[in-house]
Amino acid sequence: MLSKRIIACLDVRDGQVVKGVNFEGLRSAGDPAELARRYNREGIDELVILDITATLEARRALADTIARVARELFIPLAVGGGIRTESDAAAAVDAGADKVSLNTAALAEPGLITRVAERYGSQAVIVAIDAKRAPAGGAFSVYARSGQTAAGRDAVAWAREAESRGAGEILLTSIDRDGTKAGFDCELTAAVSSAVSIPVIASGGAGGLDHFVDVFTTGRADAALAASIFHYAETSVRALKEHLRDHQIPVRL
Amino acid sequence: MIALIDYRAGNLTSVKKALATIGADVVVPDAPAAIADASGVIVPGVGHFGATRALDASWVEAILARIGEGRPLLGICLGMQWLFEGSDEAPDVRGLGLLSGTCYRLGTTVRLKPDAPAETVRLKPDTTEDQGCEPRRVQPDRDRAVKIPHVGWNSLALARGEASILEGVADGAQVYFTHSYVAPVTGDAAAITEHGEPFAAVVQRGYIAGVQFHPEKSGDVGLRILRNFVELAG
Repeated sequence: MLSKRIIACLDVRDGQVVKGVNFEGLRSAGDPAELARRYNREGIDELVILDITATLEARRALADTIARVARELFIPLAVGGGIRTESDAAAAVDAGADKVSLNTAALAEPGLITRVAERYGSQAVIVAIDAKRAPAGGAFSVYARSGQTAAGRDAVAWAREAESRGAGEILLTSIDRDGTKAGFDCELTAAVSSAVSIPVIASGGAGGLDHFVDVFTTGRADAALAASIFHYAETSVRALKEHLRDHQIPVRL
Repeated sequence: MIALIDYRAGNLTSVKKALATIGADVVVPDAPAAIADASGVIVPGVGHFGATRALDASWVEAILARIGEGRPLLGICLGMQWLFEGSDEAPDVRGLGLLSGTCYRLGTTVRLKPDAPAETVRLKPDTTEDQGCEPRRVQPDRDRAVKIPHVGWNSLALARGEASILEGVADGAQVYFTHSYVAPVTGDAAAITEHGEPFAAVVQRGYIAGVQFHPEKSGDVGLRILRNFVELAG
């Protein structure tokens, strides 16, 4: 049976892993390669490196980070943050990324999804969707530019479009929950996961072991991504997977 | 020396890296003649079966010549499907045909009996449409219990004892998959994986082997399988 994936996210700025709350207030969490190594030992299923500065200078440093991580880990590695063009995607792939995650640039120009998918295959294309609950409730709105700008799109509709344009996976982040440790937004995750046939990676809000149980059951997630819960060793990947197994959720142990 | 065939179906960086890690000597030949000295041949690949068109008669001839000399061949993902006669994904493109059977899309089989996974009748996908890079759905997958493509870690059920490609790999070991099409379970299947239905995850017939998953992305289990192949190549 297909295992539910546990993915660790490394938000990288200036060569260091950092993590904020609600997309703001960053604090350092260490060296990316060192963290990646630790997660691999603990049985992480996949890694995401997210470049949260994405200046030209930082981009070159990021290529080194990707290469360092990819050289010694033989699990899927995705890279995102500031990938705006096919050549940005190519640089990430050349450095050793197996998948690239497109967000703001895909919203501005959805054809980018198709072009990257045609070049590297759909399995290499993740469309990242940052979504927020509409004040009136009910719907989920998409935000661009690290959650700063309303994109004027509905999250479920955008996920469907991304799939039809060639995305291989959706990385769905709840802006409301990001960094709060209040649990994943299961309603958002279930709405998107039931609307597409490609895998949905839930992100934002992981604070305890049961949050993962919830997102894999009621949230219908195929994978769950977390950052701070792992970085500060609050939870080991192994302890999380054992907990999931004890709740009859298939995992790789 | 292992020849890694680049036919522009996916990025070879990860496979090269994994082979280097286990100490294999790898070349990426620029022409079929360049594999003459190879002790083993790997055909990797991701994407549409139509991409294997690039493996034209001259490549086929060179690869078959190596096999004729007892040199092992490993197909990875699309490369494994190419070992079969063909695929519903691109019915006009022939596979290498070393293994019998035709690859088909997950979710297009109907079980004759609920408890008879091996006996299936295939629904013919709609092949009149241009399928492009991503194949059209044969049926609405979102109504199904499993998602397609099959992406992630899944377990191997060893189908027989003597497959050298799986030496040291435990029954139930998990490996990383990403694909929508599969090869049928035949006598060549060395390991079977289930995703809504059983399919061949590992095949081996003598010196010809194939893996549907990505050993270069499957942690220690994947590296072990690559090492088994390199040892087979001697």
